[in-house]
Amino acid sequence: MLLINCPYCGEREQEEFSCGGEAHIERPKNPPELSDDQWADYLFLRQNIKGLQFERWNHSFGCRQWFNVARNTATDEILAVYHMGEKPPKLESNDPITPCGEPKIGSGNFSTSKK
Amino acid sequence: MIKKPKKYSVFSLVRNALSYHENWQPAWRSPEIKKNYDAIIVGGGGHGLTTAYYLAKNHGIKNIAVVEKGWIGGGNTGRNTTIIRSNYLWDQSAALYEHALKLWEGMSQELNYNVMFSQRGVMNVAHNLHDVRELKRRWNANKLNDIDCEWLNTEQVKKFCPVINTSPNIRYPVLGATLQRRAGTARHDAVAWGYARGADAMGVDIIQNCEVTGINVSNGNVTGIETTKGTINSKKIGVVSAGHTSVIAKMAGIKLPLESRPLQALVSEPVKPVIDTVVMSNTIHAYVSQSDKGELVIGAGTDGYNSYTQRGGFNIVEDTIMAIVELFPIFSRMKMLRHWGGIVDICPDASPIISKTHINGLYFNCGWGTGGFKATPGSGWVFAHTIANDQPHALNAPFSINRFSSGELVDEHGAAAVAH
Repeated sequence: MLLINCPYCGEREQEEFSCGGEAHIERPKNPPELSDDQWADYLFLRQNIKGLQFERWNHSFGCRQWFNVARNTATDEILAVYHMGEKPPKLESNDPITPCGEPKIGSGNFSTSKK
Repeated sequence: MIKKPKKYSVFSLVRNALSYHENWQPAWRSPEIKKNYDAIIVGGGGHGLTTAYYLAKNHGIKNIAVVEKGWIGGGNTGRNTTIIRSNYLWDQSAALYEHALKLWEGMSQELNYNVMFSQRGVMNVAHNLHDVRELKRRWNANKLNDIDCEWLNTEQVKKFCPVINTSPNIRYPVLGATLQRRAGTARHDAVAWGYARGADAMGVDIIQNCEVTGINVSNGNVTGIETTKGTINSKKIGVVSAGHTSVIAKMAGIKLPLESRPLQALVSEPVKPVIDTVVMSNTIHAYVSQSDKGELVIGAGTDGYNSYTQRGGFNIVEDTIMAIVELFPIFSRMKMLRHWGGIVDICPDASPIISKTHINGLYFNCGWGTGGFKATPGSGWVFAHTIANDQPHALNAPFSINRFSSGELVDEHGAAAVAH
């Protein structure tokens, strides 16, 4: 379970939050001109990154505000929390990784503690 | 030269007992990697191994490599709750899962490997009016598709599974259930081992501890893969890597409608036989069966966020256990022994993708999400057909990647037995 630092309420258990998925997906500005493939890309296709992912969270059982989180999906380590509308922070992740981006130990049984 | 494996039988058991079981030959070889293959399967789980098996058996393509990052039976094939059923709502899914169920019924004989397939029945329990309507709708849809299904009222549920709590005073009382008697469970890793042995006997090279690091594409045609053990060439590559499909797809520049999430399961201490069927409930999110060892096998839900960590949140387990204890008060003092997670790739419509891609020779079989185990043989069957003929089988044509552009989704969230 994650401990999430809500920018409005402070650190709370993940149970109070709901995840809104990948962040920074903009609704198309020209809907009538979009092809079916472009709609599919907007509606369904996701990066589903193993590693650093920017995602939206909602403090649904708290202040009910939306905000963005930068999290390493290979380790569940939360690297940054920032407001909606802000650009994603530039972050570097120095985890030991195999060529495809996987932590060395097992298939992700990797401690989230900082070295 | 492939040495044909010795047939398992009561005689081989006796013969090997005389030598203290020290002379069993390995179930499959650990071959040298060749430079070229007619087909490469990325992912040595159940679906990947059945794909290789049916490519060799049904389509005569025997020069195949199955490339596995870990070891056979170490991924989701060995992590699921082993439930097999085909009572899906829509015609497309019903046909695919029913085909798989029919293959399950003859699997142990075909493979000469006991996969302990036990048709003990699967009950889907209804707890409110909406459940009753939805399950009766599915019951009727199943009948139209010639899939065995029955409706049980509360008394019949109690008779079929006496330990269930049918008191009308619990928060979510049992109002009835559908029952598919041909459904049941199987020994999950035996399925992987059996198909690995069967494929190996036909000449398939199973390469373990070999991780794919890149996919080589030239002029829109796939030419091979880069791995931690070097380059392997092939004009046909089938990717069956479950939770890590998006990672592999990215190597070929393909974006898929998948989200990878942890799904947890747990088993209790072993006890004497107490529940001889599989009970599933969508509303309170619980499913339970008893393994041959006597452990209760309990499935929890997925976490509400993407992760590749193979561990989920404790709150998910807590919710499931609360539901199990209300439905089965007799289990309230049991201790849980083991608990684990696996990474499942979930599609927006809770149906799989078994499809060609815009790159010639590159095929994907993914998106099985929380319920791929039951489809293991059927999935390999149709995927092998797709790879061999460069055309989908009639059963998997509706499960093309193009359905996300055309809008022709196969929405099976309702028939996922428990919502994830």
